[in-house]
Amino acid sequence: MRAWLEKAGFDPRFTSLVLALALIWVALALATDGIFLTPRNLYNLSIQTCVTALMACGMVYLIVARQIDLSVGSQMAFTGMVIAWVQVEGLGAETPFAWIASIGAGLVAGMLLGAFQGWWTAYRGLPAFVVTLAGYLMFRGAAFLVADGQTLAPLSTTFQRIGGGVHGSIGPQWSWLLGLLACAWVISQAVYARRSRRRYNAAMAPMWAEVVKTLVTCAALLGFVAVVCAYPDPGVDEGVAATGKGIGVPVLILIAVAAVLTIVSQRTRFGRHVFAYGGNPEAAFLSGLPTKRVVLTLFMLMGALAAIAAVITTSRLNSGTHSIGQMAELYVIAATVIGGASFAGGVGTIPGAIVGALLIQSLDNGMVLMDVSSAKRQIFIGLILIGAVWMDNVYTRRMTR
Amino acid sequence: MTALVEVRGLSKHFGGLMAVDRVHCTLHAGEVVGLLGHNGAGKSTLIKVLSGVYPADEGEILVRGEQKTFESPSEAREAGIETIHQTLALAENLDAPSNLFLGRELLTPWRTLDTDRMEHEALQVISRLNPNFRDMKKPVRDMSGGQRQTVAIARALYFNAKILIMDEPCAALGPAEVRMVQETIRRLKAEGIGIFLISHDMGDVFEACDRVTVMKNGAVVDTVRVADVTQDDVLAMIILGEKSKARGTQMNTDEHR
Repeated sequence: MRAWLEKAGFDPRFTSLVLALALIWVALALATDGIFLTPRNLYNLSIQTCVTALMACGMVYLIVARQIDLSVGSQMAFTGMVIAWVQVEGLGAETPFAWIASIGAGLVAGMLLGAFQGWWTAYRGLPAFVVTLAGYLMFRGAAFLVADGQTLAPLSTTFQRIGGGVHGSIGPQWSWLLGLLACAWVISQAVYARRSRRRYNAAMAPMWAEVVKTLVTCAALLGFVAVVCAYPDPGVDEGVAATGKGIGVPVLILIAVAAVLTIVSQRTRFGRHVFAYGGNPEAAFLSGLPTKRVVLTLFMLMGALAAIAAVITTSRLNSGTHSIGQMAELYVIAATVIGGASFAGGVGTIPGAIVGALLIQSLDNGMVLMDVSSAKRQIFIGLILIGAVWMDNVYTRRMTR
Repeated sequence: MTALVEVRGLSKHFGGLMAVDRVHCTLHAGEVVGLLGHNGAGKSTLIKVLSGVYPADEGEILVRGEQKTFESPSEAREAGIETIHQTLALAENLDAPSNLFLGRELLTPWRTLDTDRMEHEALQVISRLNPNFRDMKKPVRDMSGGQRQTVAIARALYFNAKILIMDEPCAALGPAEVRMVQETIRRLKAEGIGIFLISHDMGDVFEACDRVTVMKNGAVVDTVRVADVTQDDVLAMIILGEKSKARGTQMNTDEHR
């Protein structure tokens, strides 16, 4: 089965991940009498997934480079408080551009946290596990100190749209346009890749497999647009005909971040060095790669992504509280590992991590709809994490045999 | 003629252990110098200092008469010293072109990786070494010992090294692949490249080397011309740590003082 998939040009891991997701969706739809698949729930799911998926994009890089960051939830809390503080206490929420300044401050704060952890890990040689476990504690404490444990609210009305709530989406027209553009890009990429491989006489997957892959991707994209457009916008003013909500702003942010990070991982020197370091740290060093700087940069990137996740979360809550992001690290790490990143290093993809995040949030969302208590959800998510790592172990062992 | 590499009084210690103890040695263009000695004699530490992995504690390294200090492996590479480590130092998860250009990637005008050109260039240099090597997209993990060795050698050659350090290049290879490596050494020598060769196989050493430098306990025992000694003489030097009594052993360690 696997050999057959590989021959047809399907990545067996990613394919099985997508199939698992499809199965889970069918199961959840049956278990919730179809509520799971309503446009309203799927729109919410898309927004919930973004926070986990954004940080999973950074976690993939870290895990590929044999590192880990256990403090991402605490980083979210601290950077979220910084953002809220700048708006509420610093500049005043409705001061023009205060929300932009607050996002800038949040990003800088996130990168500083990352630099702190990266420095201890890369330049002082402490294990990332220990450094980020300390960060987990310290940043949560620092988040409390920003406003002495108080909740800071309300935030800028413009800022609130970033969370995907009221006026937090781009409407059906732009959504369809974006969906079609994405499909055009997918198709052109497939054609271009085929041409380039033919020019160099490289091995090619059969035509039908490429067509199936492209069609499935386009159907998923357009299906997503159709669903979020079918969700009537509850936020429109009275008297105006209700239109569909369309793609939420957090999803747009996720798409932009994922696109940039995918290009960085495949097309830039930095991305190549991350994978080389993960594959063989000693070889990377002997080849003259700036290995310490690479690790430091990865932690800073993680901090910046945690800050973006904090932007979305504080925006949705319309307040800054020091308790956000609890257990986020578990969801993020689980999503990354489910998405095919290996703790052995050197393996992992951004799309995998995003689908992993979607899978874990689907389970979480579905269990909420089924009235499963949060205590039981925690147990279940924990088991999923163990299961994902176990499957990675089995897979890696088979590969190396 | 100025030596390609001249090492003067080089020392390196780890805590109380003198891993390399006031070593002198030289390497000329078109010459192969064997570094011999037991495990722990200091050969590997010496070449790690030469390739920028460890900084030296004392002594000087002169490359073409110019004094150099290497803070990192990339600085040694910039000085024209390429090293083929015994571990080969390949990233197992990447393919041959990625490994060949690791740290020195070719870029497009937009500063992105020029993977097509790297693949093309890699194919050129690799197929010259090993005509049967075709599959450029396979991760190194899935390659045979000989193919990995080819990638490691190609990486050293592509960037026009003038000085090559080979640490046990034949240790894990079959007979045909050993011939490939020996053939490569001969060709490089003819092109005027200087090679430090570490090997435990006395036959290989006598076949490839012009001179051998024997080390014991971190210090150089002696440097002799291969033509002036027998394999037994060299073995005695390695085991006893005494200078050879054979004729023509003029190139003692104090030559450059």
